[in-house]
Amino acid sequence: MASQNLQSVPDQPAGPGAGDAQDQTAQLEAEGQAYFDRVMAEDSRIEPKDWMPAAYRKTLLRQISQHAHSEIIGMQPEANWISRAPSLKRKAILMAKVQDEAGHGLYLYSAAETLGQSRDKMMDDLIAGKARYSSIFNYPALTWADMGAIGWLVDGAAICNQVPLCRASYGPYGRAMVRICKEESFHQRQGFEILLELSNGTPAQKQMAQDAVNRWYAPALMMFGPPDDDSPNSKQSMAWNIKRFSNDELRSRFVGMMVEQVRVLGLTLPDSEVRFNEETKKWEHGPLDWEEFKEVLAGRGPCNAQRLERRREAHDDGAWVREAAAAYAAKQARKHAEKEFAA
Amino acid sequence: MSPHGNPEVPASSAGAVESTAAKVPAGPETSSESSAPRSVWPLWEVFVRSSRGLSHVHAGSLHAPDAAMALRNARDLYTRRNEGVSIWVVPADAIAASDPDAKGSFFESPQGKDYRHATYYTKSEGVKHL
Ligand SMILES: [Fe+2]
Ligand SMILES: [Fe+2]
Ligand SMILES: [Fe+2]
Repeated sequence: MASQNLQSVPDQPAGPGAGDAQDQTAQLEAEGQAYFDRVMAEDSRIEPKDWMPAAYRKTLLRQISQHAHSEIIGMQPEANWISRAPSLKRKAILMAKVQDEAGHGLYLYSAAETLGQSRDKMMDDLIAGKARYSSIFNYPALTWADMGAIGWLVDGAAICNQVPLCRASYGPYGRAMVRICKEESFHQRQGFEILLELSNGTPAQKQMAQDAVNRWYAPALMMFGPPDDDSPNSKQSMAWNIKRFSNDELRSRFVGMMVEQVRVLGLTLPDSEVRFNEETKKWEHGPLDWEEFKEVLAGRGPCNAQRLERRREAHDDGAWVREAAAAYAAKQARKHAEKEFAA
Repeated sequence: MSPHGNPEVPASSAGAVESTAAKVPAGPETSSESSAPRSVWPLWEVFVRSSRGLSHVHAGSLHAPDAAMALRNARDLYTRRNEGVSIWVVPADAIAASDPDAKGSFFESPQGKDYRHATYYTKSEGVKHL
């Protein structure tokens, strides 16, 4: 259950004998650590009020809030296409998908809050440009076919990443991921269908689909994060049962799935080096531009400024709604209290 | 959002022009930079009954200014696909929870009381309908 009362270590007893208090704190820490280690060894779950190492809390908070921000910012490239979707059906589908992404953001903010961070603080960090989110959403969606490529490749990569997270050792995170994964599968399928329809359309439509796949392929592969030998925090995350598979492992699996599916689409992956390595039994792909990845992550991608500006604008535009709702709630509470008093 | 043109073109100046037009100034300025503390909406826990005959099960939590908004938000957030026929929202701070640090002592009593389970009774094995 999400809740406040987030102190992992009970209040230190205040009293004389500061030495005693210190001993006691140390003992509680040791007991907490022993309990935590047992939970990890049993592959069980940590819940909000359990003791947890400060670094575990920090890592989770960073990961979950970044994930939440990604869902929220991730609404933009697709929301921008709702008014241009080619049919009423496609508009309805796109709206449902964008609404889902908003929901995913909210599930994840709730999970992050159980670690002791207020939602307002997370929102402020995002708007102030202090928080990170997935680099993928800083690329522009140039044509209608991009709605297909985003659903198929971007949501596809997200699903690959997220299914193992359903078993993350932190209870609220795992539960949020279960809900999210259930909803994501429609996202990928609707994207696949958009591409399939374009691919079976006129030569120009097919070209548009191929162009979108060409542009989204590499950024989607980079969603799994840097290569294993350049991902210093992965090991610790795996030891904590947050992460279950390495970045490269997940990327390789994803490539394998895409190889199959792109054939059904009648399109090609823009990567001549994709192959199945018989020795390692793993799918391999061509080199990725990790310099570009770092640039985009550092805020210098094609759409970073635009995305943050839009987010800020939406937040400011909604201020009067939040204020009105709060004022109304306060007034109702006051009325209610007066009635109680009179009765 | 403009109905014409693609707002996705990166670094387009058109977006900037548009955003300055047709803004309704609403109430006191509360830009994100303002240092005044925002009123924090309370946290609500959401319980959803998935179908008649089943109990309400905890689905998650959300922020809302009051119960009516909490219910509406809960509907939008947790029942977008017919997941429920009834919703409860409860202010999170109205929930009393057992102390996780007292795990052992609080839940100790059933331990060593196997005889409360049917599986404790083995002599009747093989006897029909028992
Ligand atoms: Fe999502
Ligand atoms: Fe996602
Ligand atoms: Fe999605």
